[in-house]
Amino acid sequence: MNPGPVPAARPERVVLRLARPYLGRLLGAGLLASATELAGLALMATATWLLMSAAGQPPLDRLTVAIVAVRALAVSRGVLRYTERLAGHDAVLRLVTDVRARVFATLAARPTPAGQRTGDALSRLVSDVEAVQDLLLRVLVPGAAAALVGVLAVGGAALISLPSAGVLAVGLLVTGVALPVLATALTRRAADEVAPLRGALATDAVDLTHGAADLAAFGATGQALRTATRRADRLARLERRLAATGFAVDAAGVLVAGLTAAGVVLAALRADVAGVLVGVLAVGTLAAVEITLALVGAARQWTQLRAGLSRVAALLDDPTGAAGPGAADGPAVAGGPGDGGAPGDGGLVAADGPGGVGAAARDVRFDGVVVRYREGAAPALAGFDLDLPAGRRIAVVGPSGAGKSTLAAVLTGAVRPDTGRVTLAGRDVSAYPPEELPRAIGGLFAEAYVFHASVRENLLLGRPDADEAELAAATRAAGLLDWVTDQPDGWDTMVGEEGGQLSGGQRQRLALARALLAAPGVLVLDEPTEGLDPVAADAVLAGVLAATPAGHSVLLISHRLSGLSGMDEVVVLDAGRIIQRGRHADLVTTAGWYRDQWVLQEAAERGYLTLTP
Amino acid sequence: MNRRPFDPRLLRRVPAARRDLAVLAALGGLTALLVVAQATALATVLATAIDGRLDTTALAGFVAAVGGRALVTWGQGTAAARAAATVKATLRADLLAAVGRHGPGWVAGQRAGQLATLTGRGLDALDAYFTGYLPQLVLSVTVPAAVLARLVFADWSSALIIVLTIPLIPVFGALLGWQAQAATERQWRRLSMLGGHFLDMVAGLPTLRAFGRARTQTEVVRRMADGHRVATMKTLRIAFLSALVLELVATLSVALVAVPVGIRLLDGGITLATALLVLLLTPEAYLPLRAAGSRFHASMEGLTALDEALTVSAVTTGPAGAAARGPAAGVPAGPAGVGARVGTPSGAGEIVFTDVTVAYERTTALRDVTLTIRPGERIAVVGPSGAGKSTLLGLLLGFVTPTAGRITVAGVDLADVDPDDWRRQIAWVPQRAHLFAATLADNIRLGTPDTPDATLARAVTDAALDDVVTALPDGLGTLLGERGHGLSSGQRQRVALARAFLRDAPLVLLDEPTARLDTASETIVLAATRRLVAGRTALLVAHRPALLADADRVLHVAAGRVTELTPAAEAGR
Repeated sequence: MNPGPVPAARPERVVLRLARPYLGRLLGAGLLASATELAGLALMATATWLLMSAAGQPPLDRLTVAIVAVRALAVSRGVLRYTERLAGHDAVLRLVTDVRARVFATLAARPTPAGQRTGDALSRLVSDVEAVQDLLLRVLVPGAAAALVGVLAVGGAALISLPSAGVLAVGLLVTGVALPVLATALTRRAADEVAPLRGALATDAVDLTHGAADLAAFGATGQALRTATRRADRLARLERRLAATGFAVDAAGVLVAGLTAAGVVLAALRADVAGVLVGVLAVGTLAAVEITLALVGAARQWTQLRAGLSRVAALLDDPTGAAGPGAADGPAVAGGPGDGGAPGDGGLVAADGPGGVGAAARDVRFDGVVVRYREGAAPALAGFDLDLPAGRRIAVVGPSGAGKSTLAAVLTGAVRPDTGRVTLAGRDVSAYPPEELPRAIGGLFAEAYVFHASVRENLLLGRPDADEAELAAATRAAGLLDWVTDQPDGWDTMVGEEGGQLSGGQRQRLALARALLAAPGVLVLDEPTEGLDPVAADAVLAGVLAATPAGHSVLLISHRLSGLSGMDEVVVLDAGRIIQRGRHADLVTTAGWYRDQWVLQEAAERGYLTLTP
Repeated sequence: MNRRPFDPRLLRRVPAARRDLAVLAALGGLTALLVVAQATALATVLATAIDGRLDTTALAGFVAAVGGRALVTWGQGTAAARAAATVKATLRADLLAAVGRHGPGWVAGQRAGQLATLTGRGLDALDAYFTGYLPQLVLSVTVPAAVLARLVFADWSSALIIVLTIPLIPVFGALLGWQAQAATERQWRRLSMLGGHFLDMVAGLPTLRAFGRARTQTEVVRRMADGHRVATMKTLRIAFLSALVLELVATLSVALVAVPVGIRLLDGGITLATALLVLLLTPEAYLPLRAAGSRFHASMEGLTALDEALTVSAVTTGPAGAAARGPAAGVPAGPAGVGARVGTPSGAGEIVFTDVTVAYERTTALRDVTLTIRPGERIAVVGPSGAGKSTLLGLLLGFVTPTAGRITVAGVDLADVDPDDWRRQIAWVPQRAHLFAATLADNIRLGTPDTPDATLARAVTDAALDDVVTALPDGLGTLLGERGHGLSSGQRQRVALARAFLRDAPLVLLDEPTARLDTASETIVLAATRRLVAGRTALLVAHRPALLADADRVLHVAAGRVTELTPAAEAGR
């Protein structure tokens, strides 16, 4: 998801558009921030006025107002800051809630997944969303507050002395505009230099940790470590070099603050401003410049956020996705449950929507389907015809690359045929709404994901209203029930990130049980017993087929030929074409691919089976 | 978990950063002096300005002090950033070295992903700590000290008020900080769980889509994100409260000092210059402490990463294995520190397991395994998934150390052998080989980058990888994506086989080499595997039966127990 050089809309604008419902809150936070800064400035200015007036030894009552003001300002500044920060965070976090939901909705609405995403791209997406938060909290709100305070400070100074106000304005322009622009440029340049190295280093870290076993086994750890360490050192050298230029901006800020104060004093004295007010101007100037200097930090932050913001903006602006339902437009459930809850308690399964496609409409038909992934490449499916009437069970076998998985993809609408069509109950599968089709055609697919949640929640994804008996039945058919009951937490056993607490076989069984629970009218099983040993594979396959209600069709995709005798038909696919078809019993007696493979496999498995005591 | 503002381990573990940190401290002292000088000069300028006069000397002094501060600011920032860069590079090297030192078993336990993130982005959070927090921490010591020293001479009663109120900041800061910290740490887990939820959902989108739940799930994502907000606000209310109290203490103290000074001015008890000096310096005394406090929150992430990195990279594993291999700095490639070890036995020697038990936290993977593998034997290992087959190979590779019992090769205990040297005796084909973001050739020549092209070509042919190579745009020079992106599982498996061929070792360990292959590719890989196994001792974990035909013996692993099955051939004899 690399969004060209410059996305059509400026990312900040996209974020602000999203922020519209919270504009009131954000404005409030900005005003509170300005008030906080002004209180600080006024505190120092009033205190100076107080002291310098007192030096003229006036009667005490002339100072009373100033004394009260100093105390009031002292208290209000702290309180204002507290409310401002809470208000700002609240507004922004509400917005981020929207952005997350929106990003998710956009991704969900995309017709096809944009290729395999690496874990890194995913976590980047998460931090990109966080960039939205930082943009508002650390850039826009403080930036707007500093700008407002700057304007008010110049206005205030102008009431006392125009020349001094001029000097102050120049100083503020330097610290509030020129230096932030400079800081932006420098930060951007530094980031451009640093980013490739950081990326390479991140890959090194992934290779050294995830590939630790491979490296160790082949004695390559040392070499990989040296490469990574050298890169880390190169990065450090670069960062050290960049530090010197980066902090020159901060130094300039300090210098400009002092010079502006000196200039204001000179201008004021030359304009014969009253002595007391010269002091107020000088101290006020130092405070005002200090406030605008915060813009330098904001500018740096903004630069670092831009890349992430552009990605979020490009994603949300994407016409293929943004056209989705306006689900995320209003804060429909802004109240939410008290404290959200962990993924363990209700984070996975949404309540079920309206019922699925009618039960009778299960006739599937492939009609001259051709799929070609790349121009000029051999077709993955080359004129494929197949009838899968309701209740029929068909196995598709064949060597890898024969087009078996493409078949599943075409059937579920994930891939559209170049020519020909796939129909469900006479209607093209692409004509079904994407939420409805899976209720009719579903099952177990190659990239079955196990969520970081409990066993129960992972299963309920298949059918949210399933009761315990139904869970047990599906789990038993997949051969996972004994394991579940053995766990101290039973159904509530957490499976870990991406099911990491389970073995590969257990993950497969869990995904299988979930597919069974969903009980679609047309059950597609893509290599359902992958990762299981032959004995277990046969048992699981038999269990799964037995657990599928009569009347439901099955399309079983497998490279293993065992357990197919119960299928109504076996189809042998090679290079996208059907080369053999028939029942298992017939195919094993007919010369051809199927019999060859069967004999090979049987010989091997028999050997194995006789070995089992 | 008590988190100190400065981790003393840093100085010990990263000596290279000491100089920059010393410069940082020295410049902190200089800043304090310049703050006092600047305020003194400004007070003098303003005190004379009240009569409409300009004290040129004082103004020049003010400008000079400002110039000095600018220079020191630059120096301080640079030194801090340099220190950050040095520390990050050193810790990265240490962390990665720890990964190399402890081996794959440890990494898997430590969660590879977490380590990878810590080494990459995690440590970058230290920038905020070093350039934002640490300089303020230095200033929070030097500036109040300098301000007080100056004020004691100018106006001791104001100095007294400051002395009495300044400790309130660290005291309140600590009291509230504990609260905030506890809340933040509770929150941390919660945040990462709620934050992780979004990631989990996005990663599982294809599956959600397959169940037709992608859209309905949006509401759940929103609900969890909202839970995230509520939880965050809860801790922020406490975290910001501390900032509020500190700010109140500071500003009220300024008022507490300014008002009496003003009243004393009324009866001429103090000069205007002194009064102004008091006013200008008093806030400076509180400022760094508060700034440090407010930035502490922001640098928390960096400190957590630092703590984690220092702890993780210092860990020494319990059992013999890696612990004996020298301090953290060492890259384990060199032979240093291996002196005390016994000579490495040949992989062709007899391998004997005696009462080997491997217990993990939750389960016992292997129980009292006694087993002899004679030289040149081909042994197949079968059994249900999760029964401990891979653990058996892990033991031989030294990734797993026995909890009890021992393994000897040609009479030498593996625990006494340098694992790197021993692994040179092994060619390993894992279940799911990790491919690196490098060229295909480099992926095959893993560990032996100087392999001549002819040898490489032979390994490619032996592993039946030729057709894969020719199909790739740049052949062997094709750059693979992160984690070998771009190759199918069957192709990866053949890359792993090619690695093993290149290894040409006397002991071959294969972990289901044909697990994800169709029968046709299996035939190819099997033929390659047979060539690989010929004339070597081999241990093959097999789900698929085809491998069993050639086995001399078959071991059955179930629930951690290993039993021997009578080979088909012998049974029929």
